[in-house]
Amino acid sequence: MITGNETSSAATTPAAKFSRRDFIKASGVLMGVLSTSSAFLAFAPSRAWAMELSALSDVQGQALMAFAHTLYPHETLDDAAYALVVKALDNSAKDGATLKMLSDGIGKLDSATGGNFVNANTDARLAAAKAIEGTPFFEAVRGTTVGNLYNNPIAFAHFGYQGSAWEHGGYKHRGFDDLTWLPNPPASASPAKD
Amino acid sequence: MANKFEYKDESVIVVVGSGAGGGTLANELCQRGIKVVLLEAGKRESPATFVNDEWASFGQLAWLDKRTTSGSWRVAKDFAGLPAWICKTVGGSTVHWAGASLRIQPHEFKARTTYGSIPGTNLLDWPLDYEELAPYYTQAEDKLGVTRTNDIPGLPGNNNFKVFYNGATKVGYKATTGRMAINSRPRAGRASCLQLGFCFQGCKSGAKWSSLYTEIPAAETTGNLDLRTQSHAAKIEHDASGKVTGVVYMDAEGKRQFQRARAVCVAGNSIETPRLLLMSSSGKFADGLANSSGQVGRNYQRHMTGSVYAEMPEEVHMYRGTTMAGIVSNEAVFDTSRGFAGGYELETLSLGLPFMPAFLDPGAWGKEYASALDNYRFMAGMWIVGEDMPQESNRITLHATEKDQWGLPVPNVHYDDHPNDVAMRNHAYGRGRAMYEAVGAKRVHYTPPYPSTHNLGTCRMSAKPRDGVVNKHGQAHDVKNLFISDGSQFTTGAAENPTLTIVSLAIRQADYIAEQMKRRAI
Repeated sequence: MITGNETSSAATTPAAKFSRRDFIKASGVLMGVLSTSSAFLAFAPSRAWAMELSALSDVQGQALMAFAHTLYPHETLDDAAYALVVKALDNSAKDGATLKMLSDGIGKLDSATGGNFVNANTDARLAAAKAIEGTPFFEAVRGTTVGNLYNNPIAFAHFGYQGSAWEHGGYKHRGFDDLTWLPNPPASASPAKD
Repeated sequence: MANKFEYKDESVIVVVGSGAGGGTLANELCQRGIKVVLLEAGKRESPATFVNDEWASFGQLAWLDKRTTSGSWRVAKDFAGLPAWICKTVGGSTVHWAGASLRIQPHEFKARTTYGSIPGTNLLDWPLDYEELAPYYTQAEDKLGVTRTNDIPGLPGNNNFKVFYNGATKVGYKATTGRMAINSRPRAGRASCLQLGFCFQGCKSGAKWSSLYTEIPAAETTGNLDLRTQSHAAKIEHDASGKVTGVVYMDAEGKRQFQRARAVCVAGNSIETPRLLLMSSSGKFADGLANSSGQVGRNYQRHMTGSVYAEMPEEVHMYRGTTMAGIVSNEAVFDTSRGFAGGYELETLSLGLPFMPAFLDPGAWGKEYASALDNYRFMAGMWIVGEDMPQESNRITLHATEKDQWGLPVPNVHYDDHPNDVAMRNHAYGRGRAMYEAVGAKRVHYTPPYPSTHNLGTCRMSAKPRDGVVNKHGQAHDVKNLFISDGSQFTTGAAENPTLTIVSLAIRQADYIAEQMKRRAI
């Protein structure tokens, strides 16, 4: 998952994490910085984030991140949310057949965009995605994006979803009926809360 | 855990499934002093273990055993291995249901008479009428604590309801927060609704009725219940005379067990119930147990469903609060001038952000789809639930080659929409759009049916043995000590959410079984 900078020593820069983790255990690592306007910033331990990959290389990780963004483009959603999709794909790539499928799929995306999907423009990326729509690779990345891009605190904050309220006593006193731009229904339709 | 009753105890009633039908029936039998072995395929959770996280909860509660699909319904394309969104857990799908508790209307019990002959359908009147079931509806409403019955106040409406109400009013409909089996006040030892917004994920406050924490503990208190969890029924055995003798099941350790029984009541939901009967074929019952009519597994109904989501001009946050406390019944009438028979209900609905991209338009991607999700906080939503037509060819069958984790044939669920279903869905989409546009919707989405939550009709009741599987008490026409105790009994689906009717039929069936036992008829 997103690690932020969980240690306070020299590892406070992404580069330090990269050099340590990349060569010791990780196959690849994705890094980024939360935008200053990120709705998630208030909850994040720091702006910088790094995510290690165990099966995929960073080049592959970046390609998949770009592909997930092509499929579900949210211009102001932090890259860190897309990195979570890559992390989920990386987990599935521990299986050799899946890793091969992902590697081959990335290869197709690259060759459809003149050799580098990540650096291609939006239209070229879109055309490359459309060309492989419905393939197992496409569906694996699409399905993983659907299941992961929106299911994390970064997305919750970005899209305005508050999720579990049980620990706060529910929404009963936290805005379940705070809509004011329409008239309130009469008590016969909607009685007062107890 | 040691069993309370012995495998060889022939005096027990075996109930398969612990949801609205099986959980209720088990308790009602126990209250009448009858010993029950309740087999439940899933584990036992509790409000404390439920998780308010959509995907995690889905993994915890949903029935995810292998299933296959066929037919032209869109679920077969989008969710090929998940025809139904129901539960494998103690309490069954009463853990997942949203609580809407509406009675089937008198004319809907007489669907064939009311609608006439509709080509391609297998319509039939129920062998019981509204008046006969009404006293049991009254008991069920008290048991479930249904709001707006028994002097229980309605629930307070949430933001999603405010949009729904104002839209409904503008197009001439009447909307209320409906009859819901969710406590608006503390009742029956359970707290009132905290507006958690996770009705589908198991109610953590216990305000919503579920057999998990009502019927089952009540039955345990009698000393007459032996609940066996992670116990998957595999076959119902019978003797030479054709009476059933007990149930073969796979226990929590994966061991094959045989529990003898005086009678067997099957309530595994409308896919597993006919599957179990079909898997219980024998020399005597070559086409499946209790299947002389050939109707076991047929007439699978799943309600005509769909959803309408609208991007409103200002924020809604529809996920806050009760998921379904908002009902318009104006279209749940018989009026063929609309171009179809049967009616439908409109009910508020919301999905959380994690589920929304998977269900709003399954499989969709790209900039436009993403832009709809960008407006999640502005969305209002409703569910359409209407009567779909029974068709013989919509059916549950045993897959010829695919097997589940026990080596048992997996069920295939085949469904094609009937033209009547399509006409009704299109009408309902249009009415939903009109409601939301009346209050300023900027963009409206027609969401296709989710995997089925209302599975009905696959062992239907009929007056004549040749037309269906069970009589008006849910007793098999062919086997007098075999009962069907879930929504599989429904002769037709009607427009209403089925749980209240399933519970009512279970209470009534318990009376009947107790009386039959007393008379030594079974």
